[in-house]
Amino acid sequence: MSSTSSKETIALVEHPIVRVVACGSVDDGKSTLIGRLLAGTESIPDDILDYARNTRRSGSTIPKGEVDFSMLTDGLEAEHEQGITIDVAYRHLYLPSGRRAIIADAPGHEQYTRNMAVAASTADIAILLVDATRGIRPQTHRHLTVCAMMGVRTVIVAINKMDAVGYEHVAFEELAGGVRKAAARFDLEEVEVVPVSALTGDNVLERSQSMSWYHGPTVLEALTSWRPAPVEDQTKAPFRMPVQVVVRADEFRGYAGTVVAGSIRPGDKVVVNAKGSPISVERVIIGGQDREEAHAGQAVTLTLETETDVTRGDLLVAPADGEAAEHFPRPATAFAADLVWTGEEELRHGRSYLLMAGSLAVPAVVTAIRGRRDVVTGEEMSARTFKMNDVGHVEIATDTPVPLDPYSLCRDTGGFLLVERVSRDTVAAGLVRHALRRAHNVVPHAFTVDQEARARLKGQTPRVLWLTGLPGAGKSTVADALERKLHGMGLHTYVLDGDGVRTGLNKDLGFTPEDRAENVRRVAETAKLMLDAGLIVIVSLVSPFRGDRRAAKALFREGDFLEVWVDTPSEVVVERDPKGLYAKAKAGTLPNMTGVGQMYEPPENPDVVIDGAGDLDASVNQLLDALEVTH
Amino acid sequence: MSSSAETAIAPDAVLDALEAEAIHVFREAAGAFRRPVMLYSIGKDSSVLLHLAVKAFAPARVPFPVLHIDTTWKFREMIAFRDRMAREHNLDLKVHTNAEGVKEGVTPFTHGAHEYTRIMKTVALREALDHGGYDAAFGGARRDEERSRAKERVFSLREPGHRWEPRKQRPEFWRTANTQLADGQTMRVFPMSNWTELDVWRYIQREQIEVVPLYFSKERPVVERDGQLIMVDDDRYPLRDGEQPEMRSVRFRTLGCYPLTAAVESKADNLDDLLAEMLIDRRSERAGRLIDGEGGGSMESKKTEGYF
Ligand SMILES: Nc1nc2c(ncn2[C@@H]2O[C@H](COP(=O)(O)OP(=O)(O)O)[C@@H](O)[C@H]2O)c(=O)[nH]1
Repeated sequence: MSSTSSKETIALVEHPIVRVVACGSVDDGKSTLIGRLLAGTESIPDDILDYARNTRRSGSTIPKGEVDFSMLTDGLEAEHEQGITIDVAYRHLYLPSGRRAIIADAPGHEQYTRNMAVAASTADIAILLVDATRGIRPQTHRHLTVCAMMGVRTVIVAINKMDAVGYEHVAFEELAGGVRKAAARFDLEEVEVVPVSALTGDNVLERSQSMSWYHGPTVLEALTSWRPAPVEDQTKAPFRMPVQVVVRADEFRGYAGTVVAGSIRPGDKVVVNAKGSPISVERVIIGGQDREEAHAGQAVTLTLETETDVTRGDLLVAPADGEAAEHFPRPATAFAADLVWTGEEELRHGRSYLLMAGSLAVPAVVTAIRGRRDVVTGEEMSARTFKMNDVGHVEIATDTPVPLDPYSLCRDTGGFLLVERVSRDTVAAGLVRHALRRAHNVVPHAFTVDQEARARLKGQTPRVLWLTGLPGAGKSTVADALERKLHGMGLHTYVLDGDGVRTGLNKDLGFTPEDRAENVRRVAETAKLMLDAGLIVIVSLVSPFRGDRRAAKALFREGDFLEVWVDTPSEVVVERDPKGLYAKAKAGTLPNMTGVGQMYEPPENPDVVIDGAGDLDASVNQLLDALEVTH
Repeated sequence: MSSSAETAIAPDAVLDALEAEAIHVFREAAGAFRRPVMLYSIGKDSSVLLHLAVKAFAPARVPFPVLHIDTTWKFREMIAFRDRMAREHNLDLKVHTNAEGVKEGVTPFTHGAHEYTRIMKTVALREALDHGGYDAAFGGARRDEERSRAKERVFSLREPGHRWEPRKQRPEFWRTANTQLADGQTMRVFPMSNWTELDVWRYIQREQIEVVPLYFSKERPVVERDGQLIMVDDDRYPLRDGEQPEMRSVRFRTLGCYPLTAAVESKADNLDDLLAEMLIDRRSERAGRLIDGEGGGSMESKKTEGYF
């Protein structure tokens, strides 16, 4: 590599790539503005310019042959048809300073708060459009709220369509005053308000001839004059590096990751996961070469002087001394956080999600919803759940202690995702406010008498047999026969029966898909406690949905949980109808009856399949085999 | 107000930042997925991708196999280059061809460019990924390549059957990627999403990365068809009446199957000249790919079918 170590280090501190989020409502002229910026900085290939000369959307008034700048940023086919932008697009802009701008073009519609949040999550600057003919609208407040929340500190407000209001100074001042007032609510470093016409190009790249009363920068100048925070401030941020992979070769053992805050030199000390004693860094390697120093933004490999147990997902941090002490991310299991809900499905109270931050993934539960924020007024209201595009304040608890920073200190170690454990969708983005220290007291105690010890005393291997099948398939009959047999052999068992739990533990639940999910979850958690107590647990529960059963299975260690499908033909089941349920359902008095009004999803890969219309003894023997109990 | 000398950012600094980002993505995927594979198409982007992979895991060897989909119509020089790279970098190279397609005699001429590409590239890729049991595949795609790519994720989710569903794509916050997969889902991973074509060439120059010589001008036998220059790389190319390959000084901006890749006339036989030419000729590189000439959305429809 040609550049020397110190030159390169300085270069990255200079922030060679600046990230910009562009926000505005539909028809504010965002596409036109971005198109103009791209074309004017030669950031667009000529054949695409030609396309924008010759292609028109319906309703366009721009004559063919002239560039319709809004066509330059045109994307997916589906959007062509609807004539709107529905997803975040990323584009390059070559700034005159040599800096690269990556513009995240976020859609304008109100229902796409989540996409705005995505675009803002990495942005240094926001360009916010206000249509001068329409004035400040709720969307303007929404965009400011989301940008500020996601940590954008510089906002360029483009008051657009000045041509349509006669380039009036008074009209501009009124809008500019309104925007400044709205922005004052937030912790923003810089707000620049620029009067522009994206259509004519006034004050986009070149100074307007029609607005001589304006003496501030053009949009391009405002973008170009952006500076990263001074170096002293950046080095005040203590060192953070999430370990992505352990690199092993011959004698070599290094920890690879990206420095997300601070800097590191050979000889510096780091602490793994912000606990234990500091260890000295031996080498700092970038791209296979030793360096004297590495800064935030660089992908490095570190070797440590002492052999240590470090794996993917661990966080290397500067020791808690001096200025760093205040910010030390002592591991905790509870946090106050803001959430942007991105999932199709609503937030489920008490459901276990996967929390992902950097390379870390740990189960987590939302333990309290403190309130939902109205992103227009900023008001916080009480809420019982979040749906897509909601923003709110919650408390979360993780299964194991994790070192997270406040989001305001570091986006990468203070921001996290919540992932649904069955669909694996990202259902929320979270921003840590602070750790809840009292949580230190509820870190689960590692008890000395554990599952294994209890099982040993009972002389058995604890297991959960999860019997699923249609109502009337024979689950309870099989469960009963099996328990009698095991009991007779001197083994310790318990049957968790669906109907049984519904009269007690789950008597608050109905039969909607949501309630069925919660029913399954509680039974699974109870079975887990019983397993831990050393018992052989036989669950007899319709549990019609694959997703719910998979979520149940996910709570257990491999092998501890056996899914048993009691497979009985539906004619037989309807015929049996021991509780008269099918008769009722047919008569229409039982709307959510599985097999009639509601689907039953048969298991795809059950551990055992039992013929519910077959011989009972044979079924029991099948299960004894599965339990590896000699009979 | 704008660029004064002291605030000018060196092009190298931009490359450093892009390199760091790409390495981050490589490491994240290598750590998170069970069985990743790197797609290697032998072109300049693949060459950079490979270079980045080597850097990301040095001094260890590239920790995943490298997969080439051979349509049997690649330039001969590409295949020779591929095999040499595999040896030099000690790569675990896998080559896959759609045997069924070969048996049925599928060529760009008999089946048309679109159908040929679907069978020999899209279907072949799906076969190879399924067969290898790969849960993630790295690719060298960039957002600046084509308009519909501007919305592509760095971690792009594929549903069972490799289907790309715009609505299922995950929001990407910060540097944290949701790398979790449900049954049957796989991931395509694009470490160079934010690079431009110019970045690629500058990086090749700075890092002295070797690329297939077809990128540089040389006298080559070409025919002109529908305004496009096509190199006649072997005697399988069906010449029309009166068509006669002539030697012209040409180079390629992108490499694929030779009958489907147009050359440009050029004298640039070295990197410096090439970069100089690029700064003047500002057409997007896909202008040279015959298969993409069917309107702006054609890449999107191909992608929904599982094309890379
Ligand atoms: N008069 C006037 N019209 C504009 C201006 N900028 C954009 N428009 C028009 O507003 C409409 C929407 O513009 P577009 O850029 O597609 O808006 P987007 O939905 O925010 O991307 C188009 O008809 C544009 O021609 C402007 O500065 N002045």
